[in-house]
Amino acid sequence: MATTYFTEDHEWLRVEGDVATVGITDYAQEQLGDIVFVEIPEAGRNMSKGDTAVVVESVKAASDVYAPVDGEVTEANEALTSDPALVNSAATGGGWLWKMKLADKAQLDGLMDEAAYNAHIG
Amino acid sequence: MTGDEIRHLPLEDLHIQAGARFGAFAGWNMPLTYPAGVMKEHLHTREHVGLFDISHMKLFEVAGPDAIGLLGKACPLDPGTLPISQSKYTLLLNETAGVIDDLIVTRLGDNRFMVVANAGNAAVDEAHLSSLTKGLDVTIKPLDRVFLAIQGPEAWAALSRAGIETGTLVFMHGIEPRPDWFMTRSGYTGEDGFEIGLPENDARELLAKLLEDERVLWIGLAARDSLRLEAGLCLHGNDITPDTNPVDAGLMWAIAKDIRASGNFVGADALRALMTRGPIEKRVGLKPEGRQPVRAGAVLVDADGNTAGRVTSGGFGPTTGFPVAMGYVSAPLAGNGSQVFADVRGARVPLEVHSLPFTPHRYRKG
Repeated sequence: MATTYFTEDHEWLRVEGDVATVGITDYAQEQLGDIVFVEIPEAGRNMSKGDTAVVVESVKAASDVYAPVDGEVTEANEALTSDPALVNSAATGGGWLWKMKLADKAQLDGLMDEAAYNAHIG
Repeated sequence: MTGDEIRHLPLEDLHIQAGARFGAFAGWNMPLTYPAGVMKEHLHTREHVGLFDISHMKLFEVAGPDAIGLLGKACPLDPGTLPISQSKYTLLLNETAGVIDDLIVTRLGDNRFMVVANAGNAAVDEAHLSSLTKGLDVTIKPLDRVFLAIQGPEAWAALSRAGIETGTLVFMHGIEPRPDWFMTRSGYTGEDGFEIGLPENDARELLAKLLEDERVLWIGLAARDSLRLEAGLCLHGNDITPDTNPVDAGLMWAIAKDIRASGNFVGADALRALMTRGPIEKRVGLKPEGRQPVRAGAVLVDADGNTAGRVTSGGFGPTTGFPVAMGYVSAPLAGNGSQVFADVRGARVPLEVHSLPFTPHRYRKG
């Protein structure tokens, strides 16, 4: 049973066991506009909470996506290399960014559930 | 600009109604995108009609017996040789031939011209022009107008449907079709199109008609930028500045040969010295390899890692389908096909020097 968490920086994490799939929310993709390039991380990379994990380039600007928790990248979404617009069309589905093995599941306690996130974006 | 207060477009209510997302540009709160998004807005303009509110730009009427004298001093231009209704792309140069602003000057009458200036430079331009009027009988009048750009292959048809006939007006010509209106066939997209300055009430009436037409879509500043970049057109402040000159910027086409040789404009001596020297660097198109955009500010190096130039504008080209950029490279590297490299967050991205424009201009020249 997967549990989904949200961050104040408009990311979502779908956690199954000790692996989280991470992406940006629909709200975030709408703010960014048409995405033309996603710089995805290498598998095996260790990230600390707050590190720049992914750079998302829209027509106009580059935006950082930060690691929401500590962990090791197990897989990046290779489909984004040829179809970066998936982040726009399926932000919470096929437009996921990377998967990571959680270093400390207790860090999830500081994140929001969907209701809290929806209240956050108003 | 006076102070740091953000300025609001007279038609801001219409943009809010249309669902615009706003951002600050040159001191103005400007629509950046509408709900269609920059990609669709860009492509729509190339295929149908893009409607832009460019009221942040400034129209100046320069009039009086010495109007020709003033503009001939301020710009590398002989305004007296322009036929009435002819528009000309020209520059305001400083004493070192640096570009204070780029302008479109249109001759409206024997002693009357319309000058269209960039938003961020309007106050500087006005002060500079005023400083040159000593002893001259000429007035510089900033006009209070809404300024709209209607761009794209069906722009003429949409205007015709809205009751504005454009048939005899060709590219780079401007007229005053109604009291307090100014209309040119020109633009900043590379497409056929028009720019119309008009009083606010007239603008609201015209827009009501234009927006009934499904070919017409509001376009924000984001797509305005990607359209002009694909068209190879300079953005003042990025691609040309008071620290760049027309020789390096490749803008000598805008200066007639006899003016280069004998014109008595501000910066003439410096410009002649630069022409003798030849360009040290050249403004070029740059095509990054792959899909990753290379943005303004990126430093360029050659294959050996030596500094080779800089990117002054960069983004993604929705029509080209690949990233596009513009910048300066040292003259020996300025030939099409030369390779340079940018460091983008630690990755070395190759860029190829590419001819401008990236997408062909489709102006209606006659």
